[in-house]
Amino acid sequence: MENRSLVTIADHSKEKIMYLIRMAEEFEKHTNRKLLEGKVVATLFFEPSTRTRLSFETAANRLGARVIGFTDPKVTSSTKGETLKDTIMMVSNYADLIVMRHYLEGAARYASEVSPVPIINAGDGANQHPSQTMLDIYSIYKTQGTLDDLNIYMVGDLKYGRTVHSLLMAMRHFNPTFHFIAPEELKMPDVYKQYCDIHHIKYVEHTDFTADTIADADILYMTRVQKERFTDLMEYERVKDLYLLKLPMLKRAKDNMRILHPLPRVNEIEYAIDDDPHAYYFEQARNGLFARQALICDALGITLDDVTNDHTIID
Amino acid sequence: MKRQELLVAALENGTVIDHIPSNKLFEVVNLLHLEQMKTSITVGYNLKSKKMGHKSIIKIAGKFFSDEELNQLAVVSPNVTLCIIKDYEVVEKKEVFLPNELKGIVKCANPKCITNNEPMKTYFHTVEGKDGVLRCHYCNKEVDLDHVKLV
Ligand SMILES: [Zn+2]
Repeated sequence: MENRSLVTIADHSKEKIMYLIRMAEEFEKHTNRKLLEGKVVATLFFEPSTRTRLSFETAANRLGARVIGFTDPKVTSSTKGETLKDTIMMVSNYADLIVMRHYLEGAARYASEVSPVPIINAGDGANQHPSQTMLDIYSIYKTQGTLDDLNIYMVGDLKYGRTVHSLLMAMRHFNPTFHFIAPEELKMPDVYKQYCDIHHIKYVEHTDFTADTIADADILYMTRVQKERFTDLMEYERVKDLYLLKLPMLKRAKDNMRILHPLPRVNEIEYAIDDDPHAYYFEQARNGLFARQALICDALGITLDDVTNDHTIID
Repeated sequence: MKRQELLVAALENGTVIDHIPSNKLFEVVNLLHLEQMKTSITVGYNLKSKKMGHKSIIKIAGKFFSDEELNQLAVVSPNVTLCIIKDYEVVEKKEVFLPNELKGIVKCANPKCITNNEPMKTYFHTVEGKDGVLRCHYCNKEVDLDHVKLV
């Protein structure tokens, strides 16, 4: 049997990414369906993440699937010493698809190798979070009408921010120009700059964050700068407000520029920006629903044709 | 020269692993599971070498390894030389080449990697465009061959 699991989006071809975008568009047109009636989707959250779990469960519920699962490792057997493999084998007896989040890196890859049913990675430690990447890409496509030749500015914690790393890799097919804006301590790691070099992706690094630096941006991808990432707290105090996006900084921004943020935000984006037409982070989160509907269906072997010719549409 | 050769017994049939850096000797022993072998094994440790200063050498009687087994040695000592001996004659000389995939050999350095928390085999790939670097199949962390630890 072909393994339909989704562990990372970094391996997806350009065609596959575009195909998933088309599918997400269909789900945005008609979100409520009975396409997954009779299916059981399990959400196994070995580490809590309310946002991601709600988004996946809503995606499955709105397509008519039933959802089972657990969230906290404290209430499951994983603390009783059961291996991940044993938990996956047990749940695969009940569910057609397993959506899992785990604190260990590589957990989803391993689960996909032992599981008889497809796995969707809903985040494995600092490693991959492909559904976030898919919704980011879908948001970029929706706001720009294309994925090709865009200027993508990534701001904040580029060292530990796994969402920017995954996005960087997934965008390699589309000739982007990246701008990395980060404090010295949270710079884009060499391994990702090497990745850019190997794949001929253009990038520029900045430490200043001003109206001028971001004037050419099509996408401004903001991330959290977290205190606990700093070894030197003086350094944190010095830089924390330098990577805060304030309304006047948008005065030279291009009309098509949109601000993305994986949420939750802490203080990276001034609240006054929420009403500005460049703000897109709340719609971005909503796109997660359609992107995840597409990923769930793809993992279950449902094709774009099936979705386009679906007669189970409710609304 | 003659004296040195006398230190290690001549081999009728088997495999000679030469030019092992002395600090890697025990890793070579572990990789090939020599401690479990029943045939006679001669180990020369800290021998003088023109090429390397000091080297170690292992002679394993009556044992011929597959290329797959031997290529694992590239992880710890990429410059070893191998001689296959039959009837006291060297019938083949070999070098080792780092395989594209390594299963169950190298330990992942990432404590949060699933391979360090679940009873399972590790799995590494070589990285395109980066010589001497391995990437964990599971957590994607890269490790330099100079810094690898064996499982
Ligand atoms: Zn690993």
